[in-house]
Amino acid sequence: MQSFTTLTSTFIPVPFNDVDTDQIIPAEYLKVTSKDGLVEGLFQRWRYRPDGTPDPAFPLNQPEYQGAQILLAGDNFGCGSSREHAPWALQGWGFKAIISTSFADIFRNNALKNGLLPVAVDAETHEQLLEMSTESPQLQLTIDLATQMVTLPGGRTTTFPIDHFSKTCLLEGLDQLGYLLKQAERIAEYEQAMGK
Amino acid sequence: MNQVKTLFEKIWDTHVVVDEPGSPSVLYIDLHLVHEVTSPQAFTGLRAKGLKVRRPDRTVATMDHSTPTKSLSIDLSDMMAANQLRQLETNCAEFGIPLYGMDSPERGIVHVMGPELGLTQPGMTIVCGDSHTSTHGAFGSLAFGIGTSEVEHVLATQCLLQTRPRTFNVHYTGQLRTGVTAKDMILALIARIGIGGGTGHVFEYTGEAVRSLSMEARMTLCNMSIEGGGRAGMIAPDDTTFEFVAGRPFAPKGAAWDKTVAHWRTLPTDEGATYDREITIDVAVLEPMITYGTNPGMGVAISQPIPDPAQEADTTRRSSLEKALGYMDLRPGQPLLGHKVDVVFLGSCTNSRITDLRQAADLLRGRKIADNVRMLVVPGSEQVRRQAEAEGLDRIFREAGAEWRFAGCSMCIAMNGDELQPGQYAVSTSNRNFEGRQGKGGRTFLASPLTAVASAVNGTITDPRSFL
Repeated sequence: MQSFTTLTSTFIPVPFNDVDTDQIIPAEYLKVTSKDGLVEGLFQRWRYRPDGTPDPAFPLNQPEYQGAQILLAGDNFGCGSSREHAPWALQGWGFKAIISTSFADIFRNNALKNGLLPVAVDAETHEQLLEMSTESPQLQLTIDLATQMVTLPGGRTTTFPIDHFSKTCLLEGLDQLGYLLKQAERIAEYEQAMGK
Repeated sequence: MNQVKTLFEKIWDTHVVVDEPGSPSVLYIDLHLVHEVTSPQAFTGLRAKGLKVRRPDRTVATMDHSTPTKSLSIDLSDMMAANQLRQLETNCAEFGIPLYGMDSPERGIVHVMGPELGLTQPGMTIVCGDSHTSTHGAFGSLAFGIGTSEVEHVLATQCLLQTRPRTFNVHYTGQLRTGVTAKDMILALIARIGIGGGTGHVFEYTGEAVRSLSMEARMTLCNMSIEGGGRAGMIAPDDTTFEFVAGRPFAPKGAAWDKTVAHWRTLPTDEGATYDREITIDVAVLEPMITYGTNPGMGVAISQPIPDPAQEADTTRRSSLEKALGYMDLRPGQPLLGHKVDVVFLGSCTNSRITDLRQAADLLRGRKIADNVRMLVVPGSEQVRRQAEAEGLDRIFREAGAEWRFAGCSMCIAMNGDELQPGQYAVSTSNRNFEGRQGKGGRTFLASPLTAVASAVNGTITDPRSFL
């Protein structure tokens, strides 16, 4: 897994609430057997018009937002299906962090396991970032994982929550499977004791 | 004195292998269900790391998401789907995992097949790379959906890293009226708490209205827990549960059965145990429910008009509602009853079991579906299909003008070519009405099998109670 320490970048608003993983990547893109090439399906229903041409009204298609590595999403982002293709597709675009007011449980887990950082901020900060991103797309913000701090354009800071374990794995770029594999002996003892 | 515990706490506490400060719990998984769509990258990960599947005997695979329903031949799938299905065959053969493949008479939607085979049992921890794994909680197990990285974790170690969720008691009082079903109970809950309402929680469904449900209806209820944001949904096991499990291929037999049932009887929540959150819903006043929007929380009683965004004080909720009604091309204040329907889908892990098909067939017997409606009936498993055919249900569906198919997820997820055309309206017994879920540009009204059949007959959204 790629490590995450600090990130300074512009940010793209896709501010709808309750964006489900079917919108992040529709099911017809799930027939792959690798993690590659999924970016083609990212927000497919919103990125393209029915005739297949890019919809200029959708922020990901607007020139001023190109190169942004932070997605500014709405409340309850990533609800619905457990498909890990959602974080893979977002990473395929180049996103390294997602800022929202809240995330659905499975999406949050999946994102953390891939080095994509979910950053939950309060509603007021979210509102402020949304205004900034629409009025001045060139503004940058900084996310620092070690201090769990977001520095907004203009210098105001706010903190975000993350569990200690996920944070350590992200900072050091450790695959969480490594921790589980180290428990092999205790797992065997448990199986023996419980008759499993 | 022993500490009082909820059903969830009893299962959680007996499955924690390691609990180190600063790390999530290592939770042991009793049963891991695998399907073609969310597993290939996990097997690739195992190969890259030189790992084996720790407990192939606790792992079971099937094919359901992208399988054809017009035949039982993988060759009739599109090239990518066929490749993915063949990859599952290769992976299962290489890692020694039992696979219920296309030619298996027991193959089915993973959440229909597991309970049918008796794999799903009270007190277990069950996971699958599919968010509707919550279905298995109907048996008093802790069952939840996971991502592909976690599929790899369980394959390699039979364990998962998990933070202990909070508990949420959903208490259903009263008795359902005729024409109102478990589907309406769960749609009513989600409409009440919203699709993020259960985030971070495990639901336990309690109360007399739950106790009197069949196992199939309990599965419908638990199935949609994730649509309310819940990590899982559970129902305490009782005689209804034990009767369902008894005699199934993987159920304990003989003396082991009695011993196991005695243990299962200790699982229900102790008197005096508390939950982090609670809600009470009186089912006696429920009507058939239907969704009007683009997430399962946008639902109303079928006789109610479509909500008006102008009445919504919260600006983001207002814009969500406007966006949803725009996609659905519905006008605020307009009644849902009588709205045109193009397609009716009876199937999915929510409502494709034998009792669902019986209920639907009973209502359809002697009737015809409207000329302008296409109706697909897709049984949840091959066993359900054969049982329905033995009872003559397939004839009732066919004679009414519906298509009768082989088992699979079909139009719930629209990966196999069973899909809506842009702009079409469907009444669907499935679990998700997200934009384009049932086909690009398709529009979904979620409802019960009874509402689906009544709507198919009239060609418009219809209250099934007018047929009863």
